[in-house]
Amino acid sequence: MKPLLAALRAVLVLTAVCGVLYPLAVTAVAQVPGLKDHANGSPVSVNGRGVGSELIGQSFSDADGRPLRRYFQSRPSAAGDGYDPTATSASNLGPEDIVDRDGEPSLLSTVCARSRAVGELEGVDGSRPYCTGSGVGAVLSVRPDRVTSVNEPCPAAPFVAEYRGVKVECATPGQDPRAGRIVPVRGAAPADPAVPADAVTASGSGLDPHISVAYAELQARRVAAARGVPVGAVRALIDEETTGRALGFMGEPVVNVLRLNIALDRAAPRRG
Amino acid sequence: MGATTAGILFVGSLILVLVAVHVPLGDHMHRTFTSRHHWTAERLIYRIVGVDPDAEQVWSGYARSVLAFSVVSVLALYGLQRLQGRLLLSLGYGGVDPDVAWNTAISFVTNTNWQAYSGESTMGHLVQMSGLAVQNFVSAAVGIAVAMAFVRGLARRRTGELGNFWVDLTRAVLRVLLPIAAIGAVALVAGGAIQNLADPHTVTTLTGAEQTITGGPVASQEAIKELGTNGGGFYNANSAHPFENPTSWTNWIEILLILLIPFSLPRTFGRMVGDRRQGVAIVAVMATLALLSVTLLNTAQLAHHGTVPESVTAATEGTESRFGVSNSATFAAATTLTSTGAVNSFHDSYTSLGGAVTLLNMMVGEVAPGGVGSGLYGMLILAIVTVFVAGLMVGRTPAYLGKRIGPREIKLASLYFLVTPMIVLVGTGIAMAFEGPRGSMLNTGPHGLSEVLYAFTSAANNNGSAFAGLTVATTFYDVALGLAMAFGRFLPIVLALALAGSLARQTPVPASAGTLPTHRPQFVGMVAGVTLILVALTFFPALALGPLAEGIH
Repeated sequence: MKPLLAALRAVLVLTAVCGVLYPLAVTAVAQVPGLKDHANGSPVSVNGRGVGSELIGQSFSDADGRPLRRYFQSRPSAAGDGYDPTATSASNLGPEDIVDRDGEPSLLSTVCARSRAVGELEGVDGSRPYCTGSGVGAVLSVRPDRVTSVNEPCPAAPFVAEYRGVKVECATPGQDPRAGRIVPVRGAAPADPAVPADAVTASGSGLDPHISVAYAELQARRVAAARGVPVGAVRALIDEETTGRALGFMGEPVVNVLRLNIALDRAAPRRG
Repeated sequence: MGATTAGILFVGSLILVLVAVHVPLGDHMHRTFTSRHHWTAERLIYRIVGVDPDAEQVWSGYARSVLAFSVVSVLALYGLQRLQGRLLLSLGYGGVDPDVAWNTAISFVTNTNWQAYSGESTMGHLVQMSGLAVQNFVSAAVGIAVAMAFVRGLARRRTGELGNFWVDLTRAVLRVLLPIAAIGAVALVAGGAIQNLADPHTVTTLTGAEQTITGGPVASQEAIKELGTNGGGFYNANSAHPFENPTSWTNWIEILLILLIPFSLPRTFGRMVGDRRQGVAIVAVMATLALLSVTLLNTAQLAHHGTVPESVTAATEGTESRFGVSNSATFAAATTLTSTGAVNSFHDSYTSLGGAVTLLNMMVGEVAPGGVGSGLYGMLILAIVTVFVAGLMVGRTPAYLGKRIGPREIKLASLYFLVTPMIVLVGTGIAMAFEGPRGSMLNTGPHGLSEVLYAFTSAANNNGSAFAGLTVATTFYDVALGLAMAFGRFLPIVLALALAGSLARQTPVPASAGTLPTHRPQFVGMVAGVTLILVALTFFPALALGPLAEGIH
């Protein structure tokens, strides 16, 4: 009994020290000028109205989820319906998640579809290795007598007509693709696709406020056209909102999308 | 500068700082755990707890105190979660469900911080800071205390006494963890981590949509979460969340905090046994294995082998732009080499071989450098096993630091190493045998098995990271993983203390020409070899069916 009583008293006193005094002391220190803004979530406001946090990414799409052409687009997000801080999450799909299941697209098909959509939006080639032209994973289920394109349900025309002399069929419902050997097909897409990696993959938090410099550069022309301003002016803003590696070697250079879009609204207000 | 060069400099700068800091910190911990002087605040705590700080305990008494403290901690944390709805700062969240509350209580008390819940939608500020974060401190302190008792067992002669648990616990909290955590927390706020007690509030975004911005005492919890190798995130996204880990340099600080104490404790050990070279040898084994792992994981992630990463042209799924692939891989190595389990990127989406390295890191038993305290006693027991194996080869009675490794000692050491593989493999086997637990897998094929294997490996080794696609908020996983965490933490602790007790009683044998020197590079190589062979033989079949089957084709 004696150790249990001692334990109970120890838990209580250490809770007071580590669970009340410590966090409150840190909170008090964090409220001094210079730290206060950070401690309260780095809020950003436009014309005095709070529009979010500099550290939390946002979607820049219309009510139907279509990207707004006048804004730079953030990365794909797996947090709730996208950029939901009450449901932070990654996709958690693995590197060989390449076969769609029951209408649920695989990670590969998701990547292919995003790449195609970004390509169309930005007017560049959206093709990638292991993707079909229609924007799904180019994956075959191979049996000696029968080859199926597993991510292309009938009546779609498969992305290749033949595989090693066997006619490739579209996928019929109820058929188990794992009955055959799963073979991803690389295809003829360039090794260095026009659409950058971060544009087709979800972040860890689902709240990533940044995009790569390459993805920002890719979007500059479309945004400039939508706002009727020279591309050079938009590129200058990208430069301003780019953060390099800390001390020259930590992390990667990134562009803060919310700050960039606010700067755009200020420099090139939308007409009408 | 290329991404690879920057990634190498990132690792190199961490190594440099660790090399510089482990000496003063190790010496500080040596003073902390050998000093006879009590602070006034500490005396007050001992009076409240009702113990005599100058009375020492034998191993069984020490173990009883550890277990009593942990049992009461579990009950207190369980109660706090269940009553959440009636307490302050609950943010409107009700009591946590019984099985999740049980799993979480064990998880935080065992220094695992496996999370079957999503922080931002389950836990209010009070449970986070006065329940979960308290265990971040004290579970880490328990690990350090047991390590110190174990080292005393090696250092002392002809005594049964290993120290006083309550004194070790209190000093670890007040003199080691609190000061460093406080500095770390303020540094994180400077980078942008939040620290407030605000409710979530809704804003209208630039495009007119609504977004809820969360609040919370995050930085104070984040600092001790890394420093105490705990790993339980304030938010579901853990250290990938911009409010927990806002910049590339806070990421560097968080990795440093994770590695700081585990890499400094060997110095403390060397000082306590009166031969610093012994500490250098132990830290050399840890550093060798750690460097190997960091290199492998970075290489696998940067090479991005696998269908999806090759289509994407980089392993960026589940990683944050500001960290990039390399710094994410380095964090992943640090978190699984220790018992931390915090993540700044999601291991489930890693390349097959990269994911295999994170699994392997935990399977090694988290000794390179391991969790705070648990890494040191784990590595010292491996050194004892190595001495025994070497003794068998040359036909001499094995001894470590003058202590004979007899039948009783080697039985305890062997049992210590059998506990976790038993839990991992039996647990995974049971889960795979039933339809329900199998249905929790998000991914199919070998990757699905990897998810389950990862869960039991993480729980039994008290890591807490996950292949997070697995749905673990089910009664089966809450109960099974809860048991895995409890047995995986406390059976090894009791065995380590029993071993320490039996070593402390001995009269050291004088070194002779036949004694194996345990401070030379030869010994470092042997311990590293024994560590890898033990793991390879135990876990290779399971790894072959999971990540290796997925990654090699």
